[in-house]
Amino acid sequence: MNSLILQTATRVLVALILVFSIYMLLRGHNYPGGGFIAGLIAASAFALFAIAWGMESAQSALRIPPGNLAASGVLIAALSGMLALFSGDAPFSGQWLRLTGDKTTGGISISNVLIFDIGVYLAVLGAVLTLIFALEEA
Amino acid sequence: MDKAGDMDGRERNEAAPGRLLSLLSPVPPALFAIVLLILMPDISDGREFSFGVTWVAALGISLRFYIDGLSFLFALLISGIGVFVAIYAAAYLRGHPDLRRFYFYLYLFMVGMLGLVLAGDLITLFVFWEVTTISSYLLIGFNNTSAVARRSALQALLVTTLGGLCLLVGLLLLGSVADSFELRQVLASSEAVHKSPLYLPILILILIGAFCKSAQLPFHFWLPNAMAAPTPVSAYLHSATMVKAGIYLLARMHPILAHTEWWEWILTCTGAATAAVAAVAALRQTDLKLALAYTTLIALGTITMFLGSDASAAVAAAITFLLVHSFYKAALFMVVGIIDKQAGTRNLNKLGGLGRCMPITVIAASAAALSMAGFPPFLGFIGKELKYEGALAVASEPALVATVAVFVNAVTVTVAGMVALKPFWRKKPQQLPKVKEAPVGLWISPLILSGLGLTFGLAPDLVGGGLVEPALSAVLGIPETIKLQLWHGINIPLLMSILTFILGVTMYLGLRRLRAWLAWDFKHAPTSADQMWDKSLELLKAFASAQTRILQNGVMRRYLSVIFTTISLALAFALIHSGQYPLDYNWPQLNLKEWAALLLTVGGAFMAGSARKPLIAICALGALGVGIALIYLFLGAPDVAITQLLVETLYLVLVAAILPRLPVFNPGRKVLFRPRDATLGAVLGLLITLSLLAVLQTPLVSPTSEFFVEAAVPEGHGRNIVNVILVDFRALDTFGEIIVVFTAAIAAVTLLGHQLRRGKQ
Repeated sequence: MNSLILQTATRVLVALILVFSIYMLLRGHNYPGGGFIAGLIAASAFALFAIAWGMESAQSALRIPPGNLAASGVLIAALSGMLALFSGDAPFSGQWLRLTGDKTTGGISISNVLIFDIGVYLAVLGAVLTLIFALEEA
Repeated sequence: MDKAGDMDGRERNEAAPGRLLSLLSPVPPALFAIVLLILMPDISDGREFSFGVTWVAALGISLRFYIDGLSFLFALLISGIGVFVAIYAAAYLRGHPDLRRFYFYLYLFMVGMLGLVLAGDLITLFVFWEVTTISSYLLIGFNNTSAVARRSALQALLVTTLGGLCLLVGLLLLGSVADSFELRQVLASSEAVHKSPLYLPILILILIGAFCKSAQLPFHFWLPNAMAAPTPVSAYLHSATMVKAGIYLLARMHPILAHTEWWEWILTCTGAATAAVAAVAALRQTDLKLALAYTTLIALGTITMFLGSDASAAVAAAITFLLVHSFYKAALFMVVGIIDKQAGTRNLNKLGGLGRCMPITVIAASAAALSMAGFPPFLGFIGKELKYEGALAVASEPALVATVAVFVNAVTVTVAGMVALKPFWRKKPQQLPKVKEAPVGLWISPLILSGLGLTFGLAPDLVGGGLVEPALSAVLGIPETIKLQLWHGINIPLLMSILTFILGVTMYLGLRRLRAWLAWDFKHAPTSADQMWDKSLELLKAFASAQTRILQNGVMRRYLSVIFTTISLALAFALIHSGQYPLDYNWPQLNLKEWAALLLTVGGAFMAGSARKPLIAICALGALGVGIALIYLFLGAPDVAITQLLVETLYLVLVAAILPRLPVFNPGRKVLFRPRDATLGAVLGLLITLSLLAVLQTPLVSPTSEFFVEAAVPEGHGRNIVNVILVDFRALDTFGEIIVVFTAAIAAVTLLGHQLRRGKQ
């Protein structure tokens, strides 16, 4: 599609949507959002880019083949699930490392759950883009 | 059959690692055999060993091993003969490009077999049973460029898997009746099993498993076909191991399931029929390997026949014969392999005069054949005397068993002559090239194995007290002693032996006329089991393609109709069955925005259904999706609403990409399917609505959702319950789902790529 308005708007919008998707990914644990939704948002960013600039540009903008992205997402999710094995828990049980505060007051803590969510994000993004690119090419 | 010769180039490249592998290959089974031999004094004292780890605690399954006299005998045979087979295979397959693959399969098989006979838990036993099934499939189909080998392998796999499935059900039933999967407890609960109403199903299922594995009638046809395997495999699988797995199972189950008329009659008749049929077929063969394969069937039938009895003499005969058979049959298979390798053929009519050029092979062959024919002072003689003694001790039908025993033994004498006399001492045919003696790696194994047959025959106490007696006690469940000896004095078994020899030698001398008569007879036979197998496979395939044509004809509408109809029927059945109607449902009071969302949804659905152009239908579907997303939002599920909106958006992008490629739909023609499809869709929608209402009506006493609400913050450290469930509480489910997403993408790309390639052509 050769639309100057769409193309110009897309340049700004895609960056915004991608940042928004990461925001959705990170806030997901406490507010509406999460890896699945964020992955879909990011995918729609690239879909928009593809519509405005064409499939070739979208693919080169992504830099990595979307299939690899999806595969590494699945792998990251699997590995983060396996982290639980080090502490002797069942696979995929959450592991928390509390940096500040305690259970009742909250505070900052990091966990493999976020890594798992990133895996979901990448898997969804990669899978949807694989589909879109393949359909546009076919 | 051996393609090693024309792969010289590859051979040189890969010779070094392959050779090292060949040299090391006999070591693991040898070590295992030595460990077992160290245990031997304990086993002869009647001690048992049991060890293992819990596997699935909730189901009472453990990975447990158990060594008693019976499993000890089998494990020693498997590892001991495994050593000789490994030595022989190293020479036989020297330079074969797929040597590593071969050893991998062989070891897999060995491990499976050892695990099977040493299993101390019914489930462990079944797992290893299936390992042997799969590895024997790979071994039989080792020459995977040959269509015959592939067919035989598949046949063996299908037949033994059929048996395996029956066995699994049988073992599960047995475990539930005995209230434990642990072998020792099952062995102890024999009485409960006998009294249980499930006794007969258990018996029949387990027997089918054993009969498929041990190639008993009517599942016998796969074994002769399995001769497509390389000869070391035949020597191993069909002498000591694979086919003996069924025998092991029968012997193992003897204390649990025997002592009933069912057991007695089924085993005796099946064994006798298998032995007799195989004996007749063995006489017809001109391929030495096939002739041996049929004598293996004879042996298996005979052992099964004797295991049918609970008389001590009959069981002793079965166990001793099992031992005897393993030695001579492995040796003879190896000899046939040598003949095949050196002379280039194993067809009886093309062989002769090999005796002068292969002096060592001929010694091995003669010793093994004499043991097989049951001449004194070989172990085979003791085995045969015991068989006749056992036959006379069988309670059910001694006359039948004795007659069958004499007949099949006579045939065995004839086949022994065919294998060990004809190729070596008959006049040399013209076209046979000059034959050299085989290298030492080939003849050493059969020589030792047949030598063992002679040694144990001269000193039967070597095997009597240490091997046969503990196994016999294990099968009978009570300590039992047996004295193996060569000379019993002049008695009925000896007279039967003499009768056997006379009959066997007569048949050998009249082999040509006997063959001609059998050939005429077989030509008029209506069908063989092998042909019936082919026919049943064809029938299955025809059925599969017929139902595929109906249910999956490639038109999307048909698929959806099938799916919707199935779901509708299932839902209707569930609704009627549960009697959940009439529904008393409190219709909620909707406010304006909810009415608007509902209108959007219903209107979108109606438009999508009635639209004449695909583009309009898709836009209408989008409106429907937005309406549903709004409803989610109003009901307080923002996550689901966001997902719904995003999915709608991307769906539109995808459909827009596909739309130009869809076939042009002609709306002008009068279409009959529209009302039909509309009805189907409406019915399904109605049924789903009704079942959802019915579900809502059921009082939900499930603490799960409450648990999630309560545990989300303290356990999952998150306030968004949906996401905490997704990534923490049910992370494994989510992981499965992203794999599904990933797989779906790959599958779609593959399909599209396929289309793309087809389009380019």
